[in-house]
Amino acid sequence: MSWLSIIIAGLITYFTRFSMITFVNGKMLNRKIRLVLSYVPSTVFPAIIFPAVFFNDYGNLVEASDPKIFGILAAIIIGYFSKNIIATIISGLIVYWIFIF
Amino acid sequence: MSSKLSIFKTGSIDIAPLLIPVIPFGIIFGAIGIELGFSPLMTYATSLIIFGGASQIVFIQLLSGGASSLVAITSVGVINSRHFLYGAVLTEYLEKLSLVKKLLISYLITDQTFAVSNKFFKSQNVKNNKHYHLLGAGITLWTTWQVTTIIGILLGSIVPEEWGLKFAIPLTFLAIIINEFRKLDHVLVMLISGISSLIFFDVPFKAYIIITPFIGLFSALIIIKIKDSQ
Repeated sequence: MSWLSIIIAGLITYFTRFSMITFVNGKMLNRKIRLVLSYVPSTVFPAIIFPAVFFNDYGNLVEASDPKIFGILAAIIIGYFSKNIIATIISGLIVYWIFIF
Repeated sequence: MSSKLSIFKTGSIDIAPLLIPVIPFGIIFGAIGIELGFSPLMTYATSLIIFGGASQIVFIQLLSGGASSLVAITSVGVINSRHFLYGAVLTEYLEKLSLVKKLLISYLITDQTFAVSNKFFKSQNVKNNKHYHLLGAGITLWTTWQVTTIIGILLGSIVPEEWGLKFAIPLTFLAIIINEFRKLDHVLVMLISGISSLIFFDVPFKAYIIITPFIGLFSALIIIKIKDSQ
C-alpha cells in the first residue's frame, strides 16, 4: 500500500462527497427527482445488509439456520415495534451471540 | 449563537446511537490493518484521508490480497459513489453556504451523518444555521472513527475474531432504515435492492454497490409512476 494510492483513494472519496453539494443547485432538482432520491437509503443500505447477512466470509450463501439470519430477524422485529435504533442493534447482536456461543 | 450551539449539540446527540457499532467497527478496522501487515501510520492515514469505513476495509483487504492499486482505488470510488446520492439530496439544504464552507462540510458526509441530518433537515423547520446539525453529527462521528482506529491499531490482533463484531455492520444499516419498514413501497425497493446485491455480488470491483442503487432507484421510479397513475 503506497502513500500515493491512499491519497488518490482519499481524493476520489472526497470528490464523491463535495461534487453534488458544490456543483448542483437544489432548485435543479424537481419534485420527481427528489421523490426518487428519497428512496436512496432504501436501496443503498440493503446492498450492504444482504451480502453481509446472507454470504459467509468466502462469498457463499449461508444456511437458513445461520446465527446471522436469527440475529437480523430479531433486529427487524424488535426494531419494527420499538422504532429504536439502539434496541435494534443490541437485540440483533444478543440473539446472534446466543446462537454462536 | 446559542442556537448554533444547540443545533450542533442536537446533531451530536442524534448521531450517538449510531456510534455504538462504529466503535467496534473502528477498532476492528485498526486491528485488521495491523493484522494484514500494514504499518500503524498507513493504517491510520486511511481513516484520516479516505474516512469511509467499509471502503477502507475493502481497500486494505484487496491490497493485502495482491490486488493492484488501480483495482483497490477503483473499488473505493465505487463503494463511496453512494455519497453522490447523499450530496444530491443534501444540496438543497446547504445551497446558501459559501463555496469554502460547502467544501469543508462535504468531508463529513457519511452514511450515518446523512441519515440523521437529512431526517433533521426534513422534519425541523429551522431557517438558519441548520448545517450546524451536520457539523455536530459529522465531527462527533469523525472523532469517534479516528480515536477507535487508533485504539484498534494499538490493540492489534487482541480482539478475538470469534466475537463476530463484524455482524454489527449490517445491524447498523438496518437500524438506519428500520422506520421505512412501515412503508410497503420502501420494503419492495429494499427487497429488490437486497436481492440484486446478492446476484451482482461477484461482479468485479465490488461494482454491485453501484449497480444495485441503479436497479433500486429504477424500481422506485416505476413504483412512483404506478402510484401517480392511480
